[in-house]
Amino acid sequence: MNNHVHIDEHRDDEGAKTGMWIFIFTEILLFGGLFIVYSVYRYLNPLAFHLAAHELSTFIGTLNTVILLVSSMTIAMSITAIQYKNKKLTLILMGITLLLAFIFLVNKYFEWSGKISHGIYPGSEILQEASRGEILFFGLYYAMTGLHALHIIIGMAFIGYVMRMVAKNEVRHDNFILLENSGLYWHLVDLIWIFLFPLFYLIT
Amino acid sequence: MEKEQRPHIVRYQTYVYVLIALLLMTFTSVAVTHINLGPYTVSTALILAAIKSTLVLLIFMHLKFDKKFYGYMVASVFLLFFCVITITFLDYLYR
Repeated sequence: MNNHVHIDEHRDDEGAKTGMWIFIFTEILLFGGLFIVYSVYRYLNPLAFHLAAHELSTFIGTLNTVILLVSSMTIAMSITAIQYKNKKLTLILMGITLLLAFIFLVNKYFEWSGKISHGIYPGSEILQEASRGEILFFGLYYAMTGLHALHIIIGMAFIGYVMRMVAKNEVRHDNFILLENSGLYWHLVDLIWIFLFPLFYLIT
Repeated sequence: MEKEQRPHIVRYQTYVYVLIALLLMTFTSVAVTHINLGPYTVSTALILAAIKSTLVLLIFMHLKFDKKFYGYMVASVFLLFFCVITITFLDYLYR
C-alpha cells in the first residue's frame, strides 16, 4: 500500500491510531458505567446528594478544570510543534503539560486530605452516621475522582515516555503517532473531568 | 496513504481559541449554579459539558481533520452509551 512513498521501517500509523481509539472506547464505557451508577443514585437520593455536594470546594474544582483544559491545549500544540520540526518547543509544551498534571494532583491531594481530616472518608465514623445517600455520594466521589487521578498518573508516565523518545529523536516530524496517541489519552482524561466537574462540584 | 504523508497541521491560534471557548463555558457553568434555575441547573451544566466535550473531540483530538471513520466510531460509542442510560432510566422511572 505504501510502496509509492519512501518509508524504511514497517509501520502502520492508522492501525496504531485505531487501536488507541478502541482502547479509549473501553475507557469511555468504564467511566460511562460509573456515571450511570451516579445518576441512578442521585435520582433516588436527590436531597442527600445536594447536602453532601456542599462539602466540596467549587473553587478547587474550577481551578483543576482550568488546569486540565490548559494542559490539554499544550499537549495538542506539541503535535503542531513537532510537525513544524520544532523539537525544543515540542519538549517545552510537553513539559508544561506534565507540570500542570502534577499541580492537578497536588490540588487533589490537598482536597482529599482536607476531606479525610474532617472525618469524611469511606467507612469513617461520621459517614456511618450519615444518610445512605451521603454515603453513596462520597463513595462515588472517592471512587470516580480516584480512578480519574490514576488515569492522570498513567497519562503522565505515557507523556514522560514520549518526551524521552522526542529527546532521543525517535519521535520526529514524520513519525509522531506515539505523540498523537499520548495526546489522545490525555484528552480522554480531560474529557472525563469535563463531566466529573459539574456532576460533583456544581450541584445546587 | 498520501494523506498520511501530508497531514493536516492545526494552527496554534486554533487551539488558543478553543481553550478560550472552553474556559468561558466552564465559568458560565459555575456562574449558572449561583443563579437558581431550579430543575434547569443540571441540564444547563450537562449541555455545556456536552458542548465542551464535542469541542475537545473535534479539535483537540483531531476528529474534524482525521478520516471520517474515526468520527463515526466515536459517535456510535456515544450512541451506545445513551441507549444504555436511557434503558436504565426507563427501568427506574416505570418500575
